[in-house]
Amino acid sequence: MALLKVKFDLKKRVKLAQGLWLMYWFAVMAGVLVFSMGLFFKIELRKRSEIMDNNESHFVPNLLIAMGLLACGLNIFGGKICYDSLDPTKFAKWKSVVKPFLITCFIFNVLLFITALLCFSLRLALQFTLAEGLKNSMKFYKDTDTPGRCFMKKTLDMMQMEFRCCGNNNYRDWFEIQWVSNRYLDFSAKQVKDRIHSNVDGQYLMDGVPFSCCNPSSPRPCIQYQMTNNSAHYSYDHYTEELNIWKRGCRDALVSYYGGLMNTIGALVLLVTVLEVGVMVGLQYVNTSLATLVNPEDPESESEGWLLEKSVKETFTTIMGKMKAMGKSNQIEEGGAEQPAATAS
Amino acid sequence: MVLMKVKFDLKKRVKLAQGLWLMYWLAVMAGVLIFSMGLFFKIELRKRSEMMDNNESHFVPNLLILVGLLACGVNAFGGKVCHDSLDATKFGKWKPMIKHFLCGCILFNVLLFITALLCFCLRLSLQSTLAEGLKNGMKYYKDTDTPGRCFMKKTLDMMQIEFRCCGNNNYKDWFEIQWISNRYLDFSSSEVKDRVLSNVEGKFLMDGVPFSCCNPNSPRPCIQFQLTNNSAHYDYDHHTEELNIFTRGCRDALLSYYGGMMNSIGALVLLFTVLQVAVTVGLKYLGTALETISNPEDPECESEGWLLEKSVKETLKGYMEKIKLLSGKVEDGAGGEAQGVATVS
Repeated sequence: MALLKVKFDLKKRVKLAQGLWLMYWFAVMAGVLVFSMGLFFKIELRKRSEIMDNNESHFVPNLLIAMGLLACGLNIFGGKICYDSLDPTKFAKWKSVVKPFLITCFIFNVLLFITALLCFSLRLALQFTLAEGLKNSMKFYKDTDTPGRCFMKKTLDMMQMEFRCCGNNNYRDWFEIQWVSNRYLDFSAKQVKDRIHSNVDGQYLMDGVPFSCCNPSSPRPCIQYQMTNNSAHYSYDHYTEELNIWKRGCRDALVSYYGGLMNTIGALVLLVTVLEVGVMVGLQYVNTSLATLVNPEDPESESEGWLLEKSVKETFTTIMGKMKAMGKSNQIEEGGAEQPAATAS
Repeated sequence: MVLMKVKFDLKKRVKLAQGLWLMYWLAVMAGVLIFSMGLFFKIELRKRSEMMDNNESHFVPNLLILVGLLACGVNAFGGKVCHDSLDATKFGKWKPMIKHFLCGCILFNVLLFITALLCFCLRLSLQSTLAEGLKNGMKYYKDTDTPGRCFMKKTLDMMQIEFRCCGNNNYKDWFEIQWISNRYLDFSSSEVKDRVLSNVEGKFLMDGVPFSCCNPNSPRPCIQFQLTNNSAHYDYDHHTEELNIFTRGCRDALLSYYGGMMNSIGALVLLFTVLQVAVTVGLKYLGTALETISNPEDPECESEGWLLEKSVKETLKGYMEKIKLLSGKVEDGAGGEAQGVATVS
């Protein structure tokens, strides 16, 4: 028994074809949007590649770009079919193509759905990449004279200002690394010598942060150095001081930025998937309604359209049967190929 | 003698009307663009109103908004006239209006040209407004506890970060004002006492700048305090140090930002004026071509279109005479009234 059967007259068929044609062009625009978002996300990842140790995965943005281009192609083709379905003579040449096209569309929809899921799950991968990348970037902050790392200071400063964050997990991360280059340290000064000697790794550590950690919303001028020393500053308590510098870590800030971006893209891809499923169902109805015309000579005659020729269960059984048959024929062919080889020996 | 006479047949007239209709709708879009730019510029001025002592002139953005709305109305009307000119019966009702409409268009074009010139001239008025406003803004930087001024510090910090500038004319402006609130100064400390007492006005001045003056491009950690004291920092010479803090003044930075914006808007308004003149000329040709059809019963017959009925000199003479006549009538009217008053008395 056919699933979701609908009766069609000429007027209904024309209306469906026209509506579907319009929807296909919407889907083309949606494809362009998916492509653009993939491109935008790829650029955003590239922009902060140094902060991710040049280790970030471009699989999802590349997939989005591919899906966007595929969507454009498939929907333009689908739109052409719908446009020609208004004229029975023109539609005749597409009849043989429609079934394989619908199968392709189904596979494409599955792919779109997987892409959306990947968008939502990318957050975890990013979290690890960022944690490692930021840790290394902070180590290289001071290396402004080292080729290949000379822009790391600028990159980190700009990032901290833009994302209103400080350090990897929080501002204390800066206390655990030497972020002032030896070039700008006076090794003849007692204070510098003492600090370096008191450290196992011979690093110059201090309870200070770069200027980019300063919060403009603070009512007092920024306190960057001797942050844990209350007596070094008038009317200051570093435990209660909220606004002086950014409290949020950059890993959290970046993960929430990219996470938000990916959730938005994922939601949009899901919406595009719904639209794609809609046009695919519509095309199936157009195809079946044109195939079942009572009198093919008379385009005004009535017809029936359906989603599946049999029930879901039967359709599934048929597909599985076909797959088994294909598998068996492959085995027979392999067996046949082995038999002559054995005879020859 | 008629100026710039052109012969028209039906095909040419239809082509002119259709082309003109399209141009009118382009002009409507351009009107929307001008309106948007006026709105954007108004918002940008409002955004930094505090930096201009809340004294900035909104005349130009208001004029742009008005001109944009006027352009939409005028061009939508012109488009309707062109659309109806394809049908002789419909065009009949517009015939008496065209002359007045064209006069309105000429006045509108003059207004557009004046608006463009004003856009280019606005830079001068902005210069003085910004100079005064920034000076006052910097004075209030420290007043984070004073109602109405508590956000001045944040505003200035954000501006210096965004526009990569420092001070009014340059960073030395910060040396001439007290930018740290008394609330954060320890008056029991001898250093603070000495500084305050050594100043005539009892201000705490120092050769330091806020953190927002720091340049992320600098290879060394930012030096904000004791900027002119070379011995206070290792391997430092404030005369040769280029990258440590932003050397550009904020007045110059803001001026070039707003100036650039106004030049762009001015150029666009000038381009729009050219388009507007073109559609006015086109409509004049269309109006005259439809008026001079040799046989009004036969729309396919030839006709002539022109720009002016007489030469430029003669047209000007005609206008001057009309103006004289009008002023003469006004004088006569005024004289008559005076006579009447004298008789009564």
